[in-house]
Amino acid sequence: MEAAAAAAAGGGCGSGPPPLLLSEGEQQCYSELFARCAGAAGGGPGPGPPEAARVAPGTVTAAAGPVADLFRASQLPAETLHQITELCGAKRVGYFGPTQFYIALKLIAAAQSGLPVRIESIKCELPLPRFMMSKNDGEIRFGNPAELHGTKVQIPYLTTEKNSFKRMDDEDKQQETQSPTMSPLASPPSSPPHYQRVPLSHGYSKLRSSAEQMHPAPYEARQPLVQPEGSSSGGPGTKPLRHQTSLIRSFSVERELQDNSSYLDEPWRITEEQREYYVNQFRSLQPDPSSFISGSVAKNFFTKSKLSIPELSYIWELSDADCDGALTLSEFCAAFHLIVARKNGYPLPEGLPPTLQPEYLQAAFPKPKWDCQLFDSYSESLPANQQPRDLNRMEKTSVKDTADLPVSTQDVTGDDKQALKSTVNEALPKDVSEDPATKSGLLPPPPALPPRPCPSQIWAIMNSVAVNICIQVVEWSEQVSEAELLPQLSRAPSQAAESSPSKKDVLYSQPPSKPIRRKFRPENQATENQEPSTVASGPASAATVKPHPTVQKQSSKQKKAIQTAIRKNKEANAVLARLNSELQQQLKEVHQERIALENQLEQLRPVTVL
Amino acid sequence: GANYPLYIRSTPTENELKFHYMVHTSLDVVDEKISAMGKALVDQRELYLGLLYPTEDYKVYGYVTNSKVKFVMVVDSSNTALRDNEIRSMFRKLHNSYTDVMCNPFYNPGDRIQSRFVCLGRAFDNMVTSMMIPVC
Repeated sequence: MEAAAAAAAGGGCGSGPPPLLLSEGEQQCYSELFARCAGAAGGGPGPGPPEAARVAPGTVTAAAGPVADLFRASQLPAETLHQITELCGAKRVGYFGPTQFYIALKLIAAAQSGLPVRIESIKCELPLPRFMMSKNDGEIRFGNPAELHGTKVQIPYLTTEKNSFKRMDDEDKQQETQSPTMSPLASPPSSPPHYQRVPLSHGYSKLRSSAEQMHPAPYEARQPLVQPEGSSSGGPGTKPLRHQTSLIRSFSVERELQDNSSYLDEPWRITEEQREYYVNQFRSLQPDPSSFISGSVAKNFFTKSKLSIPELSYIWELSDADCDGALTLSEFCAAFHLIVARKNGYPLPEGLPPTLQPEYLQAAFPKPKWDCQLFDSYSESLPANQQPRDLNRMEKTSVKDTADLPVSTQDVTGDDKQALKSTVNEALPKDVSEDPATKSGLLPPPPALPPRPCPSQIWAIMNSVAVNICIQVVEWSEQVSEAELLPQLSRAPSQAAESSPSKKDVLYSQPPSKPIRRKFRPENQATENQEPSTVASGPASAATVKPHPTVQKQSSKQKKAIQTAIRKNKEANAVLARLNSELQQQLKEVHQERIALENQLEQLRPVTVL
Repeated sequence: GANYPLYIRSTPTENELKFHYMVHTSLDVVDEKISAMGKALVDQRELYLGLLYPTEDYKVYGYVTNSKVKFVMVVDSSNTALRDNEIRSMFRKLHNSYTDVMCNPFYNPGDRIQSRFVCLGRAFDNMVTSMMIPVC
């Protein structure tokens, strides 16, 4: 992935372009690519590419055909590729020797990182270049020609590895291995079969027997990302076929079939089982599906995956789209998916793939389904429920109602941070003060005109935001500890008969509160998107429209003020969380006392009635 | 406290040491400016410090965040196209990117953002790149 220690293993000492410093990882990767292009030129049955004849005799060069395909697979525009070819010296000498090839690869990496195509660009450290094509040569090496039919994704398959460090037991593991084999076949028929099963190197041997796996490079080798190629490279249709002919025959079938651009996203597309699994894990961390997982919680969780901290932080960077230090359900799924992919040898992408974007995930997996699951889990986990639990529930419900709004507030804060960057005007003050007034559960879209609030109002709003966020922190911890409470309470003596009817009533009242809250977010986001420049409600600010430059200056001040406030809020959060955990302990003890007292009361009651 | 760079980058890459030196010496000026503002309320204090000092070849601009993280920018004096508000906006972008880095729970405040062993702050790095290249 990232270039490792910059060992100056000289890449090429050809004349012309300046000497190239390659790291070890790059060295390995480039030489492998070069070998592939050079080898592919000579090998392969059937009509070889005509360019093969151009290979200069006596030198090891990569034929232009495979090289051109490789470059096109990097998904850079054609003129960039021309530039690169020129710069690396291949045009000048007429062929791709090792030097030219390596320089070209480095330039491709530079271009993919967004740097201009210049010789200076390759002097800095760059990630490996990315190529979207099927790694057929890899299969040659791994030598598994037997398995021709591929089922689709691998990744549910890969979640079973995740199981080994997440807390699922073997039984679940088996179920998981079986269901992926079923479902990929049932999954959208348009996805062509194409992956060959390749044995992974370490640790996954026991799972080899079932579903197909997309070819991953061995973890240690850190090859560039190779995925089955879509037609998106834009080359004429004949080129891929030509490339194909120089490869293993068995893949001709797969090549002809593949033509969807969605193909490219396959490793990054989350299937239903995966989604369920991620959602369950999310729930184990944070019972409320529409709320967030805080950064520290997520950090602890993902650290268990035994990926290195740099990789985890990169994954976080990719998946926390709104950069708010917390993961929503979609962001969490994206992060989890990236981790799973990484553990199975896929290099991490440069940017978040479109199928992992939060909006996409939210649209692709509608939430009502979650709702039923949630309900099921609740009924499962309350087999022998007691009265105190009812009371818990009822209390929680009321707490949750009031806390509905802080949830939206937090969303607003998170969204606002985004809005801050994209728009000149901050949008945070918008609905916060209004929320306590409108508890109906839907935010009324604020009126259009934005007379900007003066800084003092901003501060008032900031403080209320801070308060709301504190409430929310408390509420989250309550939820988490409630989840812990459940197993403890179920161990206590049960009062099944009387408690269950009342419990069920409460239970039924529980889920409805969720949709309300869930509506909050999309509403929030919708209104947020519509009117990023709306003003604080509440005290109607003076309608004076200030002259333009003053307004801009104010808005920048406000931005800074908001950023300051955000930081303060985060600190407050941490303090409150600590406090909260202590209080939760006390609450637990008190609850147990209460249980005991209730029991006594029940025993005494018949006597007094008589 | 120790003043070590969390992130340092220069273009073009020759004379890099000279720039490092300039940045380091300008930290004194930054400290001077911060303390000169006294114990004023945080919200009234400007984060943008403006031109720290001009030399014949370069101008040095400073910016400090509320958590006392300092940003220093050295630009060529011959680059007269850069106006003050552009510098301000560049600092603002830096600040925003920096807060994004902070949001990452795997980032420990005080870590280098740029270490080649750390895959953190790639967005930050890319942002800096995008700012530097048009300028040169």
